Amino acid sequence: MSKAILYDATRCIGCKLCEQACAERWGHRYDETVAAQEKLSAEKLTAVLSREDGFMRRLCMHCADPTCASVCPVGAFTKTAAGPVVYDESKCIGCRYCMLACPFGVPRYEWDKTLPRVRKCDMCADRLAAGGVTACSEICPTGATITGEREELLAEARRRIRENPEQYIPHIYGEQEVGGTSVLLLSGVPFEQFGYRTDLLHEPMPMLTWRVLSRVPDLVLLGSVLLGGIWWITHRREEVAAAEARKTSPTAENG
Amino acid sequence: MPWMLSREKWPRLTFWKAIFGVIVAVGLYATWLRFSKGLGAATNLNDEFPWGLWVGFDVLCGVMLAAGGFTLTAAVYIFNAERFRPIVRPTVLTAFLGYVLVVVALLYDLGRSYRIWHPLVMWNPRSVMFEVAWCVMLYTTVLALEFAPVVFERLRLERPRRILRGISLPLVILGVILSTLHQSSLGSLYLIVPEKLHPLWYTPLLPVLFFLSAIGIGLAMTIFESSLSARYFQRQLELPLLRELGRFLVVVLAVYGVLRIQDLYHRDALRFVLEPGYASSLFLIEVVLGLALPIALLLNPRVRARAGGLYLSSVLVVLGFITNRLNVSITGFEAATGATYVPRWTEIAITAMIIAVGFAVFSLAVKYLPIFSTESPAALPAAPAASGRFHHVRA
Repeated sequence: MSKAILYDATRCIGCKLCEQACAERWGHRYDETVAAQEKLSAEKLTAVLSREDGFMRRLCMHCADPTCASVCPVGAFTKTAAGPVVYDESKCIGCRYCMLACPFGVPRYEWDKTLPRVRKCDMCADRLAAGGVTACSEICPTGATITGEREELLAEARRRIRENPEQYIPHIYGEQEVGGTSVLLLSGVPFEQFGYRTDLLHEPMPMLTWRVLSRVPDLVLLGSVLLGGIWWITHRREEVAAAEARKTSPTAENG
Repeated sequence: MPWMLSREKWPRLTFWKAIFGVIVAVGLYATWLRFSKGLGAATNLNDEFPWGLWVGFDVLCGVMLAAGGFTLTAAVYIFNAERFRPIVRPTVLTAFLGYVLVVVALLYDLGRSYRIWHPLVMWNPRSVMFEVAWCVMLYTTVLALEFAPVVFERLRLERPRRILRGISLPLVILGVILSTLHQSSLGSLYLIVPEKLHPLWYTPLLPVLFFLSAIGIGLAMTIFESSLSARYFQRQLELPLLRELGRFLVVVLAVYGVLRIQDLYHRDALRFVLEPGYASSLFLIEVVLGLALPIALLLNPRVRARAGGLYLSSVLVVLGFITNRLNVSITGFEAATGATYVPRWTEIAITAMIIAVGFAVFSLAVKYLPIFSTESPAALPAAPAASGRFHHVRA
């Protein structure tokens, strides 16, 4: 039982109330300048992108097997059973590998602070835990953003595409991408137009590094035996020399 | 005559000291900017380009250039190539300094430097960065222990020196394994970005390529460094040894080159080489100037016979692989994602300061520690400084 967000761009009117609700929840400044920025930043954890032919939201996708959680050397990111991927700022050392690795380019950094943190949407983990919905879902006037069980939202998304095939791209973004995400997107225009990559793997990204990392313990043991063995072979001459020395002068035996 | 010597030496020394002073002064100002104003003010990094010069050059190239340490210790202690023993100490010192400076660079790059110890207690074994962090810590310790006998020798501390000599074999084995893991894991770091790194550089073989090139760099750096120290510390150049290293270097470069081309071929990425543009030019610099040219040079016996030829070849190899690391970490991202990054002066100033301090500490160590002598320094004839110098400048 895991929660998810379904955003249906065809129902979005671009009012940006979701941005505002999100800013309020995090205590971020929100005015016309911020509203006009159509990209994520450390002070703007969700953004509505507007194009002539439609809208699209950007926010953390809350992957089922998150790349950020796998790459973080100190385990500052956790995929919770309830769905949200949360960040523990008390662990973070600021290496920014999560930012490099995230296939959706989501994590932002507080570049102008001397003690910076990584910032990203946490799917209102506290509100979900209390049985509520995300701030963006609650405020959305048209139902473009809704919160629910992932399986139910997937069924709902499939139903919408089936019933109005002319209205949608036949693609539920986030169903398969990187092994599935807890944010699902529907759109009437190709996702690439909003910077969403459609060439992502359909298996979790952490597999790419785990294939190598999982062999490290074996490699250490194999390498030690191999190197020790080579040493034993190449130093045979000294052993022979020592034996010769012993033969010629029996007094050297203790040495 | 000593007074004549010192008069002749002074101008050169003050010149380099002045340069050093300026680099350190500018670097310290940049340091102040970095820690008082934050990464945003002191770097050109941003949300689209979170890793720049400090990771791409200071860390990736720093670790790579330290590869002489494990290459030479493996050759001497494990493969019993005793003849290379005279050049083990300077390479281990270079490796140790290299790693210490990598840690210093990390302190600048990490958003919260004071938490650099966190990976010790907060584990995430699924993270390549976690492996990297442990390799840096453990291998720096191993290098310190490998180098410590030199210090003990100078201080005439016989007991600790004997203890370390007793564990030298396991220490060397551990060092070689940690290096193997660390060099390759710096390549593995980029396995997670198949869609962001240009196909000329993104390959599942990244860890293998990083490791192989580290061996090549280990050999090239040893040649480079021996040539330089012969020049500046007035000592005999171990030309026959370097010639032999040159041969090994050719083989490693050739294997690396063939693997690289095979990999491109099997991934159907060779076509990007022919596509004119930013990425293919950078790739060609790397492969033609850093790989093909030094191989061609070193295959020529007349080049191998001369100190200058060996030196030039090693410089090409070093520059070629520095280009490779920068392509993987910076330009390969630019080529694939369209984002751009040019380091800010502060980033360059801090990098320059770190390198300058490295050189300074190296020459101090050479001055005060028995780096260029083997076990018994007294057994070696003390080379008269003046005559030594003039011979080698020409070589």
